[in-house]
Amino acid sequence: MRVLADLDLCQGHQMCQGEAPDVFGFDEDADLVVVLQEHPEESLRPQVRAAVQYCPAMALALEEA
Amino acid sequence: MKSQQDVPEVSYVVEDRDDWGHLAEMRVDPIGLFQRLRDECGDIGRFRLADRDVVLVSGAEANEQFFRAPDSTLDQAAAYPFMTPIFGKGVVFDASPEERQQMLKNQALRGDMMRGHAATIEAEINRMVSAWGDEGEIDLLDWFAELTIYTTSACLIGKPFREELDGTFARLYHDLEKGTDALAYVDPYLDIESFRTRDAARVELVALVQAVIDKRLARAKANGGSVPREERDLLDVLISVEMTADYITGIFISMMFAGHHTSSGTAAWALIELMRHPEAMKDVVAELDDLYADGAEISFQALRSIPRLEAALKETLRLHPPLIILLRVVQEEIELAGHTIAPGTMVAASPKVSNRIPEDFPEPDSFDPGRYLDPRQEDLVNRWTWIPFGAGKHRCVGSAFAMMQLKAIFSVILRDYEFEMVQPPETYADDVSKMVIQLQQPCRVRYRRRQR
Repeated sequence: MRVLADLDLCQGHQMCQGEAPDVFGFDEDADLVVVLQEHPEESLRPQVRAAVQYCPAMALALEEA
Repeated sequence: MKSQQDVPEVSYVVEDRDDWGHLAEMRVDPIGLFQRLRDECGDIGRFRLADRDVVLVSGAEANEQFFRAPDSTLDQAAAYPFMTPIFGKGVVFDASPEERQQMLKNQALRGDMMRGHAATIEAEINRMVSAWGDEGEIDLLDWFAELTIYTTSACLIGKPFREELDGTFARLYHDLEKGTDALAYVDPYLDIESFRTRDAARVELVALVQAVIDKRLARAKANGGSVPREERDLLDVLISVEMTADYITGIFISMMFAGHHTSSGTAAWALIELMRHPEAMKDVVAELDDLYADGAEISFQALRSIPRLEAALKETLRLHPPLIILLRVVQEEIELAGHTIAPGTMVAASPKVSNRIPEDFPEPDSFDPGRYLDPRQEDLVNRWTWIPFGAGKHRCVGSAFAMMQLKAIFSVILRDYEFEMVQPPETYADDVSKMVIQLQQPCRVRYRRRQR
């Protein structure tokens, strides 16, 4: 799986960090999400899915790759 | 690339007696107008609103161009002249994306404030419901509009200010929302009844806020000039920088506006749709009973996943988006759906139309919460056409707050009560005669305490 963040859409809610802290970080200066692991291991899938689903800006996506 | 003149114009079905184009139809059947435009013109078409053209786009590709455009290209504030008399002159319509981000970071909508808001909202719902007996009737518009005045003021302004409010504030606020006739595109200060009522309501709201300010000042004086920290809220901050009651009222109205009629209407429609679809209601009630069986706190659970309730709420938002049209004014030439659109033109996207595009949402008019469950996830798959919260940089910054509030409301009311319609199902409908859409009255339902 591949994790994508659209930085044009990110509003800096930081919800994804709560859902999947190993996969998403935050750039305090830019106020934007940072994808820490573009290809996280399979065991993190439920967390990443929740992060994608609950992103208030709909800025995250999960691709099968 | 085609030019703006090549954008087809939608037909007329309501006679244009005043030479204001499609304004007459906007005031009686705006949804019919927007849907007919898509049916006749496709992804891009135009209609005339008083003295200007409005280019309306729909479909994923054109919507994405619309929502991705920066503020320097498409400006929001100038597109909503009907808001100026409500907020008052000089009170901003909306913050820039940068300011919004700053607000998120510092203020009431921050993620880590949500826990406190959830508890506040639960308490407000319990307070409203405590007036209920074992059974009775409520009017959905009145009830949810009052509840959301209390929740938005308590969470966004502060609990001390909320304690000064009662049903009077809610009624006056409602008068403001009714003062959003599309005739504002001709002149927001026309001498018509809904604008007169709007202006009178604003004067009364300023007087109410002035009375609260006077109390605060008297209290501070009695305390030797200071107020205990836990009794302070945003109002004290604004008083300390010597803002007038008129300006403070404008700020409060604007802070509450985006979260009030939207949440109130969605809560009411969600209850109506669940009553119309007993199977969906049964699913949601079973899910909630299960979640709260071990005495979990609503303020905790409302921030967590409640999949079936969430799906029902999303489906309500798809069918009944609180804002049916989102408008911008072109600042710099922009390309939309293969056409070059010139500065000064108004451009628009319609949640009401996009949310029901049959290619994206099969059987678009049917209430089907299953759309959001795995693997369909029609909201995520169609992120440029599932747009009840808008999309892009200006996507509703309060969407997480709104969903949490709705989850808390339904957790409380469906735990303790069951509901039934007291009117034929099809008589629950929106009044679409104003830009701010609200339920048409009567919209009464009967509640009865659950026997368990």
